[in-house]
Amino acid sequence: MMFGTMPQLTPDLIYGVAGIAVFAIGLVGALCTQDRLRRVLALKLCSVGAGFLLVVAAWRGPPAAPDPVPHALVITGIVVMVSATAVALALIRRLQTLETEDDT
Amino acid sequence: MTLDPMILALFAPLFGAVAAFVLPRAAGAVGLVAVLLTCGAVLALARQVLAAGAVTLELGGWAPPMGIALRADGLGVAMLAMTAAVGLLVSVGALDALREARQRQYFWPLWLLLLTGMNGVYLGTDIFNLYVMIEVIALAAVGLTVLSGTREAVRAGLEYMYASILGALLFLMGVGFVYLQLGRLDFAGLIAAEPSAALSAALALMIVGLLLKTALFPLHFWLPAAHANATAPASALLSGLVVKAALYIFLRLTTHVPLPDEILVTLIGALGAGAVLWGGVQALRAERLKLLVAWSTVVQIGLIFIAFARAGQVGLAESWKAAALLILAHGVAKAAMFLAAGRIRDEVGHDIIRDLDRAPIRPTLAQFTFALAAISLIGLPPSLGFIGKWSLMEGAMAAGYWHWVAVTMIGTLLSVAYFSRVLAGFLRFDRVRAPLGEHQGWALADIAPLTLAISAISLGLLAAPILSFIELGYPFGAKP
Repeated sequence: MMFGTMPQLTPDLIYGVAGIAVFAIGLVGALCTQDRLRRVLALKLCSVGAGFLLVVAAWRGPPAAPDPVPHALVITGIVVMVSATAVALALIRRLQTLETEDDT
Repeated sequence: MTLDPMILALFAPLFGAVAAFVLPRAAGAVGLVAVLLTCGAVLALARQVLAAGAVTLELGGWAPPMGIALRADGLGVAMLAMTAAVGLLVSVGALDALREARQRQYFWPLWLLLLTGMNGVYLGTDIFNLYVMIEVIALAAVGLTVLSGTREAVRAGLEYMYASILGALLFLMGVGFVYLQLGRLDFAGLIAAEPSAALSAALALMIVGLLLKTALFPLHFWLPAAHANATAPASALLSGLVVKAALYIFLRLTTHVPLPDEILVTLIGALGAGAVLWGGVQALRAERLKLLVAWSTVVQIGLIFIAFARAGQVGLAESWKAAALLILAHGVAKAAMFLAAGRIRDEVGHDIIRDLDRAPIRPTLAQFTFALAAISLIGLPPSLGFIGKWSLMEGAMAAGYWHWVAVTMIGTLLSVAYFSRVLAGFLRFDRVRAPLGEHQGWALADIAPLTLAISAISLGLLAAPILSFIELGYPFGAKP
């Protein structure tokens, strides 16, 4: 891509920029919010953004078939994130139980 | 087909973890067998590497970039051996140290999963697999952090979880960028790639993610609480081994894809200096023994990064060896120290530093172990910590970078100061109210930390063979 010329808005560019934007929103959320559940959601957003980027890496323009490798990577990433979310939610619940027990 | 030791090193702990979960009553035995099998596999692998240099295994016969390859070279096997040996001794200690049935039940599956992930990191050759492995490590490590079940531990574990997942996702984002640029993810492809701005950006994302996971100042905020509130065997594993996985990936990455700028190397060294100073001050202020030990981990991580940056960009070809020595030294000594701190706490009943010398019970063997580990962490000869610090300063002096020498010296003085706070209490006998010598507080569980501490000291005498071993197989040379 040359500097000085307006880059053409191809679908992969749109998706790529959207992916980075979603990741950035998640990053801000993960760093700046206090609420435990919101932080988990923000981390989920980050993973969606990273997934977007990998999907864009698979895109090769309409006539060619997409590259299957990044798709496999995205699926692995989703599986990893699902288990991580489950652990985080379990910890949040446990912590909430412990804190209410202490209050009463 | 014969069983390859690399396969065994990955699958023995993995199947062991499943078996230990399914058979909770036999979890301890299953765990010990799995760790012993891993040790055997690492020994076999070390013999192969000694004979032939780097060993590569393509899983299922698929060559990279399509398939997944495992590769063992000197540095990788040294890390595997440190992990397996420390892991074995911590496991032996855990048999005695974990009192509650619930802790015993969940410790073994989590620890074996952790071992699987660490072995995967040390054998992995492509960055996506490394991402998956650091997530496996993160989940198992959070589980170990909250094992004690107290409110502080769960709170610290949750903080650790956020930091760890965020670090892994930053790494994943970098992986995505690399795939966009190169269309492949194996280290061989990274070496061959032309340096470009986009590749540097990807590298920067991955490095920030790794620094968060390895807790380099100022990204260390999650570490002290997490390591101080875990049960003793878990703390030993977390502090001695887990932070090293991300550190190892950092070393691999930065030497495969050279850092683009001298300023970046200096910045990493400066962050290390920040860790040494800030961690040292915090360790001086810590009120509890385990918290002090946890802050000393922050200091040591900083020291490893100073070793990495000691001679600037040009010196990277040599500096990684000093960093690797410090990684090995810290792994062994810190595991010993956390186990000893756990033993002291078990015997005395608390771990408030100020009141340790008022206890009627003197866990002398654990105190001796703590002192030996402190000698290696401070860096007194002939310990491995001394050799690591010496090669750090030697390289810095040769390159004329005296500021790194100065920071290391200040850090050493600080570490003498904060460890003296503890050791001075061990040596005072005038405050004891109860009759002395009634209870020495020795137990079978002292054997594991004592062995670790003695090895931390005596491995320094073997520094030359260790140094020539980690160079085997051209870990960072031109040969991929």
